[in-house]
Amino acid sequence: MATILTVDDTASMRQMISFTLNSVGHEVIQASDGKEALKLLQGKKVDLVIADINMPNMDGITLVKSLREQAEYKFIPILVLTTESQEAKRQQGKVAGATGWIVKPFNPEQLLTIVNKVLG
Amino acid sequence: MAIDMRQFHQTFFEESLEGLANMETELLHLEKAAANKGQETVAADPEILNTIFRAAHSIKGGSSTFGFEDVVGFAHVLESRLDAMRDGRLTPTRNVISLLLLSVDCLRSLIISARTGKEGDNNAIDSIRKQLENLESEQPSSPPLTVPVLKPPQGTISHWQITFRPHLHLFHTGNDPLRILRELDDLGECRVQVDISSLPGWDQIKPEECYLGWKIELIGPIPRETINEIFSWVVDDCSLEIDRKPMQSLAPRSIAEAVASMDAQAGTLRVSVPKVDALINTVGELVITQTMLSLIASNFSFDNLSRLFAGITQLERNTRELQESVMSIRMLPLSFAFNRLLRMAHDMSQRLGKKVELIFQGEQTEIDKTVIDRLIDPLMHLARNSLDHGIELPAERLAAGKPETGYITLKAYQKGGNVVIEVRDDGRGLSHERIFAKAVERGMVSSSSNLSPEEIAELIFLPGFSTTESVSDLSGRGVGMDVVRNNIRSLGGSVEIATQPGRGTCFTLRLPLTLAILDGLSVQVGDQTYILPLVNIVESVRILPQQVSRPVGSSEMYGLRKEFMPLLRLNELFHVESRSTDFSQGLLVIVEAEGKKAGLYVDDLLDQQQVVIKNLATHYRKVEGISAATILGDGTVAMILDVPGLIRLAHTGTVHATPHAGDSPASSMATPTLN
Repeated sequence: MATILTVDDTASMRQMISFTLNSVGHEVIQASDGKEALKLLQGKKVDLVIADINMPNMDGITLVKSLREQAEYKFIPILVLTTESQEAKRQQGKVAGATGWIVKPFNPEQLLTIVNKVLG
Repeated sequence: MAIDMRQFHQTFFEESLEGLANMETELLHLEKAAANKGQETVAADPEILNTIFRAAHSIKGGSSTFGFEDVVGFAHVLESRLDAMRDGRLTPTRNVISLLLLSVDCLRSLIISARTGKEGDNNAIDSIRKQLENLESEQPSSPPLTVPVLKPPQGTISHWQITFRPHLHLFHTGNDPLRILRELDDLGECRVQVDISSLPGWDQIKPEECYLGWKIELIGPIPRETINEIFSWVVDDCSLEIDRKPMQSLAPRSIAEAVASMDAQAGTLRVSVPKVDALINTVGELVITQTMLSLIASNFSFDNLSRLFAGITQLERNTRELQESVMSIRMLPLSFAFNRLLRMAHDMSQRLGKKVELIFQGEQTEIDKTVIDRLIDPLMHLARNSLDHGIELPAERLAAGKPETGYITLKAYQKGGNVVIEVRDDGRGLSHERIFAKAVERGMVSSSSNLSPEEIAELIFLPGFSTTESVSDLSGRGVGMDVVRNNIRSLGGSVEIATQPGRGTCFTLRLPLTLAILDGLSVQVGDQTYILPLVNIVESVRILPQQVSRPVGSSEMYGLRKEFMPLLRLNELFHVESRSTDFSQGLLVIVEAEGKKAGLYVDDLLDQQQVVIKNLATHYRKVEGISAATILGDGTVAMILDVPGLIRLAHTGTVHATPHAGDSPASSMATPTLN
């Protein structure tokens, strides 16, 4: 099973994601913003990062950029959370190096489908 | 990403019209149930109500997805009424059912308007809509106009061709082409070809870059949306082309063409899965036989001769089965045509105050789709005639000792290579006296002629004959039985009539199973073989030279039993060297089409045989006097003669209007332009 880092400033969101991913046996690391995410990682191996875009301290776009600069995280899948209307944010994420996006609102089934897709 | 929704429109129109036809049938069932019980209302079968509701619901969903606002509005009102009916808030009385039937018409007209862009009768539609809105239900129901967004129609098989060339940096986004290919593979039958043309030399390869591209063929019931979604994350990191490959290229060419030439409007065909399975099964067996035969051929000795013959026998059987399988794809049950009559019978019996029930027998008999499409009008006409002229008013029937309700029976069955359809009523039968009197009045026969009852009945097929004393707007609209007969004949069929005064009339239609194969007579003209459709042939006679005349300003005429008809020499017409110009050496084939006769001078009659029709226009060009071509058993090409065209030629006297010797169809036959 995979190790997945989830980065979001809203706890309820983090919980939902962790709960869903735990339920199928993935190990989940939680961070509340980009800064904390970078601190937690420190070269630690993860298989997937799921990051919100709007976060205090360090937003998702910056996080993606800094992860892609590190050799360990150069090729791992990174997904950003966006809403239907945030077409521009989605593009910024892509430019920064994100693999893809998950459109909010999503339900657990949709999340698992997408995660399986990138881990597959 | 914008998806072009127009690609789904055609499917939407077709399934909507189909849904409306189902709805109509079910509504008529409801009404019949009520009539049978002699009640005004019925305790309706919930399954029937559900079917009716679903049709309206799907149309509403579809039309809102595709932006047909007029359709959405009407469908919404209709749906809410049907919903009330389903919940038991609205009782399906006969009046309600009649109104719902009218609504079906409105919706159909709206959909057709959306399809063609032509405005329908908006006033009529508005009035029906108001009536629908005012239909009282036991509790007010006006749900807000919530419009479900339906997924695009699934189930139609598409053949996609995808060219996917990732940009060099794809891996840097964390995306993996392998993942994408795997997802595509999950959707349907997937064939992938890798393109290594941009792969640099070994010493220049950077392992972090993506040099490969892929060509993917994907077949399955897959909407474009689903494919777009798979590529949505990488669409800016690659060059991507997603094209729909036309399905025709998958179909066997010659049959597709034969059929295309007959289908004036290229429609789509729904084929049941068992038929496709049977086809695939047959092809499988064909492959086995082929393998077996190549094995025998690869080390052939005379000891194997019996096995070779066994293999060829098997090949023959496979071929025949394959032919049947392929033909069956174009076959539809006649219920498609029969069901169209229900509505007509319902409307007409109400207006005429007659009680009529339609009985279908053998409606599952299958016939070529093209035949069905062109059969609907003649059938309508026959049933309408039976209802209007045959079936008596209830009082009259009772007085004659018959049940109050008249019966019109449509019976279909297969007989040899033909499908036979009987349209039988138990009405008053044809009045021979009236028909004869009318024919005399119209100057079609002389009053002194002595005709048998059968001959008199045949008179109604003559052009311009109509016995309707009061020309109603229902039948007798100037379209006579001659049109019916011509329509049936143009399908290669025939119509017969049998009648018993006071007991009823029966029309018997005989139709070929398919239009892709023709029963023909092969005739010899010089070194060429031509095929004459059997339906057009009246008789063949030896020529009596003294009966050939050449009136001034006209082409040659032949007098056969006091009947004069144009004589066409096929050798002159097609610039072929005839075996002999001496009339006594050849034969005259009397052909008939559209009520006119002509004599065709040929060298010899060869054989009666079934031939596969191949379109000439797509391979060569349209040639006057020739309708199509075929390939004979020995591989030579033979032209199928267009008898109606030839007769027109003969009667207008422009016999030599065909191509000159240099590019005549005869000379083009030597070159293998036909496949």
